[in-house]
Amino acid sequence: MAILSLGGFALVAGIILAIATRAFHIEGDPIADKIEDMLPQTQCGQCGYPGCRPYAEAVASEVAEINNCVPGGERTMIAIADLMGVEPKAIEAEEAIPMIAFVREDECIGCTLCIKACPVDAIVGAPKQYHTIITDHCTGCTLCIDPCPVDCIDMLQKPELIEHWSWPLPDTQRSRIGHQRRESHQHV
Amino acid sequence: MSDSSLFQSLMHSLGLGHSDFNGGIHPPMHKITAAQASEVSPMPPVLIVPLKQHIGEACIPLVQIGDHVYRGQKIARADAYVTASIHAPTSGKVVKIEDHRIPHPSGMGLPCMFIEPDGHDTIDPACLPIVNWRENDPDLLRERIRQSGIVGLGGAAFPTFIKLLRDRHHPVHTVILNGIECEPYLTNDHRLMLENTRQVIEGMQILMHVVQAQKAIIAIEDNKPDAAEAINACLSKQRLDLTVEVRLMPTRYPQGSEKQLIESLTGKQIPAGKLPLHVGVLCQNIGTTKAVYDAIAEGIPLTERMVTVSGDAVPKPKNLRVRIGTPMRFVFAQCGLEDFDDIQILHGGPMMGEKLRSADIPIVKSSTGILAMHTATMQSVHKHEDPCIRCGHCSIVCPIHLVPNLLADHCRNNQFDKAEDYHLFDCIECGCCSYVCPSNIPLVHYFRYGKGQLAQLTRERRFADESKARSEQRERRIERENADKAARRQRVRAETKPVLDGKNSTENDGDAS
Ligand code: SF4
Ligand code: SF4
Repeated sequence: MAILSLGGFALVAGIILAIATRAFHIEGDPIADKIEDMLPQTQCGQCGYPGCRPYAEAVASEVAEINNCVPGGERTMIAIADLMGVEPKAIEAEEAIPMIAFVREDECIGCTLCIKACPVDAIVGAPKQYHTIITDHCTGCTLCIDPCPVDCIDMLQKPELIEHWSWPLPDTQRSRIGHQRRESHQHV
Repeated sequence: MSDSSLFQSLMHSLGLGHSDFNGGIHPPMHKITAAQASEVSPMPPVLIVPLKQHIGEACIPLVQIGDHVYRGQKIARADAYVTASIHAPTSGKVVKIEDHRIPHPSGMGLPCMFIEPDGHDTIDPACLPIVNWRENDPDLLRERIRQSGIVGLGGAAFPTFIKLLRDRHHPVHTVILNGIECEPYLTNDHRLMLENTRQVIEGMQILMHVVQAQKAIIAIEDNKPDAAEAINACLSKQRLDLTVEVRLMPTRYPQGSEKQLIESLTGKQIPAGKLPLHVGVLCQNIGTTKAVYDAIAEGIPLTERMVTVSGDAVPKPKNLRVRIGTPMRFVFAQCGLEDFDDIQILHGGPMMGEKLRSADIPIVKSSTGILAMHTATMQSVHKHEDPCIRCGHCSIVCPIHLVPNLLADHCRNNQFDKAEDYHLFDCIECGCCSYVCPSNIPLVHYFRYGKGQLAQLTRERRFADESKARSEQRERRIERENADKAARRQRVRAETKPVLDGKNSTENDGDAS
């Protein structure tokens, strides 16, 4: 009797589980999705992969290191380390200041090569018309610089807006010590 | 303590007495300029008018360099919804438009219009009063208030007309005039209530008409009995057929903060993320109400404001009626202060005001007061921060019921998500917690840092999401184009094949056609 009822229970539970896996099946790789959400979406390829999504997939399948995203910086690396449950790793490249690309329009010959290179469609222009970059859409990936045959694209520092200014930490010793402790903690 | 608050809430639920907000402090008030009549500031050699003086988008200039402008002429237009236009503070010539420092803690600048006064102060002939405003449509009056560039003059600079929009689901029954002025040193609203009593009351009537409220409360802190007297006298002389009540409130900082005042007056707490409108109340500052009067009954847009010039480094502190755009150095000179060595300038009151790095910054619409303090008195109070001793003083005084010491820890350690969970964004930055902290922890500064960092993170996240969408869209487009190209190539190949192969492929002929 006991065997029968336990067996019956196991059967029912098994059926429920089978249905649940069907019903709640998740498409794709949830870890890669989460990592992708942490990446800055600059699409610059500095990590060695052709975009943020491929890098996220490589990290999720533990093919790539967690510290290759330069624009994401330390914050992104630590978030990924937390998610993957691995030790943080220092980023070798120096922390980048936010940049945007700018076309010197009077020198542009309208060849459309940069338009093809831009991963986020931030460049507008037509053949033989000069091109311009939508500042608000540019991620600063620098992918348009090399294709330009006349070298008329500059990388400029992203202008600082007064609306986006934010208060620095208070200038007290404790706040500084706290900050240093945090930094050194992150590098171990 | 708990007995008395229980008693209070009982009294309140019975409709007796009034309730009160939680916490608060009693800093020394230093209202040195309260008993002194205000003066009109002379015209400076050049007015520097920032093209953005409110929360929201910047304005677009409407005049060019070399143009002559009248006082009250609109010189910059507001396109976005949450904006307020800018008007010429006096008649004169536009000499240049360039970036100049504005009163902002960053010390950064914004485009400003430089106007050289011609000395005549001619008012724009297009500025006409709406004399019979009582018979006028409320919407028309509100549009005039919008066109007159009026923003909250209590310091927040939020465009006033937005607060006046009527909502069918939330009718406003009470207009509250905020005559509390709880910040130490500041007395500009106090002087307005004494010197412009009639105008303030008429401004209040205009506001009541615009939102169709039946009742008004004028709230005054009990350290200004003369202001309450003046208003009562004026009210009884006018024999208004409106219900207007003058309420003396206990002196306690931050009594004048909008949500705290409404809680004290009505017993209703405004939940986080809601507006006074949702409890049927409109709250306006005294200066703003006077500006509404000027715009409607006199026809003059916002071009001048009352500014308290005070602080222990000012030899002759006083209230001045100053044109917007007057450089602070010029204003301080009226009060006998010319040398700024070892002096800190504060924009606003000592509790919530911001330190400025120079005196060559113009007065703007939100300048309630400018204070000059000896650096020694300011003592950079918070240079030596000690560890938190968990005394709990900060939580006791917080009017929002926050736990400042935990919040500060989270902000200091960059644990912003935790800070958000502890309701960082509900903090009104009143400064009570920093004021009482025995360990000298600059709590509010940490909160400002945390709020800034969170805003930055949100912006970055949004940009990343947009970039991702753009890149995905591009990939889809490229795929589509490639598919199209492949299809075309196949078609072309299929068409050309029979010709190349000649006679032996008779089956393909049918397919290609
Ligand atoms: S500054 Fe913020 S946390 Fe501190 S007492 Fe005021 S509302 Fe509370
Ligand atoms: S008042 Fe200062 S020392 Fe006391 S609990 Fe708050 S932060 Fe800590």
